[in-house]
Amino acid sequence: MKSFEYMINDELGIHARPAGQLVKEAKKFKSSIVLKKGEKEAAANLLLKIMSMGVKKGDNVFITIEGEDEEAAFEAIQNFFESNL
Amino acid sequence: MEQYSGKVIMRKIAIGKIHFLTKDEQKVRREKITDINAECSRFETAKDKAGTQLQALYEKAKKEVGEAEAAIFEVHMMMLEDDDFCDSIRKMITNQQINAEYAVAVTGDNFARVFGEMDDEYMQARAADIKDISDRLVKVLSGKTNDEHVLQEPVILVAEDLAPSETVQLDKSKLLGFVTKQGSSNSHTAILARTMNIPALTEVDIRQEWHGKTAVLDGYHGILIIDPSEDTLKEAQKKQEEEIQKAKLLENFKGKETITKSGKKIHLYANIGGVSDAGAALMNDAEGIGLFRSEFLYLESNTYPTEEEQLKAYKAVAEVMAGRKVIIRTLDIGADKQADYFELAKEENPAMGYRAIRICLDRKDIFKTQLRAALRASAFGNISIMFPMIISLNEVIEAKKLLAQSKEELANQGITYGEVEIGVMIETPAAVMISRELAEEVDFFSIGTNDLTQYTLAIDRQNPKLDKIYDSHHPSILRMIEMTVKNGHDGGAWVGICGELAADLSLTETFLDMGVDELSVSPAFVLPLREKIRTI
Repeated sequence: MKSFEYMINDELGIHARPAGQLVKEAKKFKSSIVLKKGEKEAAANLLLKIMSMGVKKGDNVFITIEGEDEEAAFEAIQNFFESNL
Repeated sequence: MEQYSGKVIMRKIAIGKIHFLTKDEQKVRREKITDINAECSRFETAKDKAGTQLQALYEKAKKEVGEAEAAIFEVHMMMLEDDDFCDSIRKMITNQQINAEYAVAVTGDNFARVFGEMDDEYMQARAADIKDISDRLVKVLSGKTNDEHVLQEPVILVAEDLAPSETVQLDKSKLLGFVTKQGSSNSHTAILARTMNIPALTEVDIRQEWHGKTAVLDGYHGILIIDPSEDTLKEAQKKQEEEIQKAKLLENFKGKETITKSGKKIHLYANIGGVSDAGAALMNDAEGIGLFRSEFLYLESNTYPTEEEQLKAYKAVAEVMAGRKVIIRTLDIGADKQADYFELAKEENPAMGYRAIRICLDRKDIFKTQLRAALRASAFGNISIMFPMIISLNEVIEAKKLLAQSKEELANQGITYGEVEIGVMIETPAAVMISRELAEEVDFFSIGTNDLTQYTLAIDRQNPKLDKIYDSHHPSILRMIEMTVKNGHDGGAWVGICGELAADLSLTETFLDMGVDELSVSPAFVLPLREKIRTI
C-alpha cells in the first residue's frame, strides 16, 4: 500500500471539474484509491461522493492506494494533485 | 411603472417584452412494476440517451461559449455515470419494485439534498446540476423530447430557475436577457450568461403576471423595471445604443491582424494588474500581455507572497493566454506603492528613491522567490521577464546573474521550467542614453512613458499644480523614444511601449514610423488601437 498527504491549494477546493478529472484519472488504474479528510472518505472513482466531502482550500487530504499497479497509480495521482489542486 | 431589485449577473441593458417561463411540473408517480429486468434496462437505455444528449450539448456549448464553460456538461456526463448514483437507482427499482422514473426522481432529490445542505456556497449550487440530470433522465424515460423552450420573438426571459442545459439550449438570437428567482451568481447558469454576454439578474421576486409586459432590465443598477415610463425607456435606449456602438467596434476588429496598410505587423498586447484582468485582455482580443504588473501580489498580501502563491498567479495567466506572450514585470514597489511589511523608510523624494530593481538587488531572497515562480510558470506558457527602473548596465547583469542562479537551483531540485525572454523597462533618461549597450544584454525593451516623462521633464506626476506643464508630447520624450527604438534594433532587441502614451491614437503613426514593434495598452484600448493601426 502506498499513501501521501496533500494540502489543497486551489481556491475552490476540490470542485466539480477537478473532481471529474480525478475520477477519470483514478479509473485508469486497477488499484483501489481512497481519499480521506478527517472522518470522511471516498473512493477516488466516485464523483459525487468526492464532491460531497466538501474539500476546501487549505484542507489536508490523505490518499491511500492499494493494488497491483499501485506504483504507477501513486505517481499519477500525486502528480494530478500537484498540478490541478 | 414598477421596479424590482435583484443581484447583478451581467452588467448590460436589455429592453423588451417579458416571457414568463412556466415549467411543466414533472409530477413523477410511484408505480409498482412486475418485470424488474425490463425496468432496469429501461433505465440503462435512458441513461445512454441522456448521455448522448449531454454530449451534443457539450459540443454546442463548446462552439458557443468555449471549452472552459462547456466543461460543466462534461461534469454532468460524469455525474450521470456516477456509480453511487446509478446503483442507488438500480437498487430502488430492484428492491422496491418501482418504476424507473420514480427511482431516478427520488435518488436525484436525495443527492441534491446532500449538496444543498453543505456549508459551502459553491457546493450548494451543485444541487442544481444534480436536479438537472435527474430531470433529464425522467424526461427521457417518460418519452418527452421537448426540453427546448421555443421563443417566438426576442424576449426577456423570466423564470423560477434555469438549469445550465436550459440556458445553452435557448435560442440566443431571441434572448434579450434573463431574470430568475433562484440561482446564485456562482451558478453555472450565471457563468454562462457572462460568457454569452447576456444581461441577467437573479434573486428577483418574479411574478407570472409580468408575462407579455414591456420591461427594462438594467444590469448596471441591478433593477428590473416593468412598464417603464417614456423617459425611463428613452434613457435605457440611449444607454443601450452606446453599448451597441462600443460592441460593434469591438466585434469588427476581433480576430483581425494588427497590421498597417503597408503590411507591417505590430504586436498589440494588453497591460494587466492581476489575474482577473487576463479575461478582459482575452475578451478584447489582445495578442499577449505586454505588462503584467506583479505588485498586486505584494500589495494585497500582509506578508511576502510565497513562491507557490506567485506561481499560481503567473501560471493562471500563462494558461489563460494559451501560448501567447506574457511579460511579467518584476516587483516595482516603493514610491507611491507601499506595503507595510517591507518596512521601507519614509523618503523625502520617493520617486527617485528606494524602489523597484533597487530593492530587488538588495534583498535578493525576495527577488529570487519571484524569479523562481516566474521561471516555473514558464513551463505552462510563454513567459517573459522584465526588470523595471533600470539605470545601468550593471543592474541588468546582476539581475541576469540572479536569474541564472535561480534556473540552476531549479534544475538541481529537478523542478521544470521553460525558456524565458528577458527585457528591461526603459523609463529613465539614463536607460535611454545607454540603450545601445543595454540592447546587447536583453531580448527586448518596453518603454514606460509615464515615468520617462516624469524623469525627463523633472515634473512630479503626483503634483496637480504641475499638470499644465506636464506635456507628454514634449519633443524630448519623442526623441528619446526614437533613440531607444533605433538603439534597441541596432543591438538586436525588439522595442515596445507600455506606458499611457501607447494608447494615444494621435501618436500611433509617429510610433510606427519610428519602428516600434509592440504596443501594450489597457484591455479596453486594444481594439480601438487595432482599428487605428489598420488605417495607417
